[in-house]
Amino acid sequence: MADMTHAADRRDLAWWVDRAMQVLVLAGGLSAIVFIAGIFVFITREGAGFVFDRLDFREFFFSPRWTPTSSHNPTYGALALIAGTASVTGLAMVVSVPFSLGAAIYIGEFATGRVRETLKVLVELLAAIPSVVWGFIGLSIMNPLIIQVFDVPVGLNVLNSGIILGLMAAPIMTTIAEDALKAVPDTYREAAEAMGATRWQVTFRVVLPAARNGLVAATLLGVGRGFGETMAVLMASGHSINLPTSPFDSVRALTATIAAELGETAAGSDHYQALFTLGIFLFLVTFAINFAADVFVRGGRRKYRRRGRRPAASANP
Amino acid sequence: MKTSRVTSAGSCLALAVLVAACGGGGSRNLIQNKGSDTLVNVAQAWAESYASVASETVVAVSGGGSGTGIAAMINGTVDIANSSRKMKDSEIELARGNGNEPIEFVVGFDALAVYVHPDNPLDQVSLEQLAELYGEGGDVDTWSQLGVEVPGCGSDEIVRVSRQNNSGTYVYFREAVLGERRDFRLGSRDMHGSKDVVDLVENTPCAIGYSGLAYATDHVKMPCVKKGEDGDCVSPSVETAIDASYPIARPLFMYTAGEPQGAIREYLDWVLSDEGQCIVYEKGYAPRGDVNCS
Repeated sequence: MADMTHAADRRDLAWWVDRAMQVLVLAGGLSAIVFIAGIFVFITREGAGFVFDRLDFREFFFSPRWTPTSSHNPTYGALALIAGTASVTGLAMVVSVPFSLGAAIYIGEFATGRVRETLKVLVELLAAIPSVVWGFIGLSIMNPLIIQVFDVPVGLNVLNSGIILGLMAAPIMTTIAEDALKAVPDTYREAAEAMGATRWQVTFRVVLPAARNGLVAATLLGVGRGFGETMAVLMASGHSINLPTSPFDSVRALTATIAAELGETAAGSDHYQALFTLGIFLFLVTFAINFAADVFVRGGRRKYRRRGRRPAASANP
Repeated sequence: MKTSRVTSAGSCLALAVLVAACGGGGSRNLIQNKGSDTLVNVAQAWAESYASVASETVVAVSGGGSGTGIAAMINGTVDIANSSRKMKDSEIELARGNGNEPIEFVVGFDALAVYVHPDNPLDQVSLEQLAELYGEGGDVDTWSQLGVEVPGCGSDEIVRVSRQNNSGTYVYFREAVLGERRDFRLGSRDMHGSKDVVDLVENTPCAIGYSGLAYATDHVKMPCVKKGEDGDCVSPSVETAIDASYPIARPLFMYTAGEPQGAIREYLDWVLSDEGQCIVYEKGYAPRGDVNCS
């Protein structure tokens, strides 16, 4: 015993390597905190002057008039931009939730062997398509298609960008949802099967309820993805300041507004700071969404741990 | 379009670095040139042709918009800013604050064409109609109000295509068509690039848009534009921009921070020479004056 302690404390090469690697991974872990804090400080500093001095909260949240470059009466109403982002993200979820949950259930519970591996790779490949390519598809393929099929004046609208965004958010949602299904202990499935449940009954009655928190988290992360996506939305949404009343209305997203205008704005001007205010707002919203997702994931984990010890008791219907 | 521009500018830069490295750090000059999307094609053509005129000077061109170029010139990160609008007073103040008097060069003219779908029977449009269509409080919303019925546009609604709110084209159109104190009506599709406007109009029967004449393709139609109901209707072309009969033609600018010196001076002199101005003409813009191009 004494010898072993001594050996473990010996400062040979392995000990130093161990130490160095610990410091290195600690730096890696801390860097995430440093970066997120740095980004928050930066956008807040750039936008703070405007938020505290000139921002009219009523105008910002309740007026759809975003005319920052007007020569005589610049206004900074973000309602139409918020509505644009919300409507596109909402439609994207309608598209992607059934698709990605279906895909996750199939991959996690039904598919086996080759099919399963191939599908997983393909879903991940879908995530690798650059957003500007998605935007291009929206602009040059979906636009004429929507005009033809629905006989509407223009095909760059909520529907177009919602579908594009839904397809973009689906891979990450599928991957996380599948992880959530995988985290449900096999003892649950075995217990249910032992009681004569079919595959679908096992999935629907046992696995899905047990994985509920993880699935909610997957959906929330998809929402976060939708809120933050820029390029594809900029190209496919029509980029038009408008309070949408139907899926065929063109809208403009918060992110797309920042992307389109920041590059040509004099640093430090009101317009510049107003764009950073949009950035602060976006940051807070996505932070809240991710935080909520995290809470759900934690809730899920705790549940497995608690129940995992007595699987037979809780799998009992 | 956007990406390809960035890439070509990037490769230009990479090339410049390479050339500088190969040249042994000697007498190579690198001129940074940035700004207006309207001017980016002709600026690139200048940069390419200039290589054969003065091989020791490399010009790196990138787009991004007039405001971007002017901001970069004020901040001192580029040598020459391209702009499709005049510098604003506030921008000139900022530049002076940094100790640089901006110097303006008119390098050509651009006719701002009005684009409609090729199936659209609209042959002529007046500035007043455009103002009521695009301007705040305007009452033109349907094609029948302009006296045409557009095949493929069942809803009769006019889809207004515009530009993002700080592009030079947007600012010029506002001043020339809407007037000093009138804003754009909200709800237009604000495209992020001159070419995107033409692309969207090409694919959308109900649409109308405005963009530089140089971006015209065979798949869009350009109605002639008249001033007042009884004015002469003039089609956009390089010739009508030169003789100023086309009502919405604008000067194109290059700005430098302070009086240009050395290689930058030589480059600008060449741009304004017959050789440089002929490239303007070839690219579909109007040169500053009469030039003889072979």
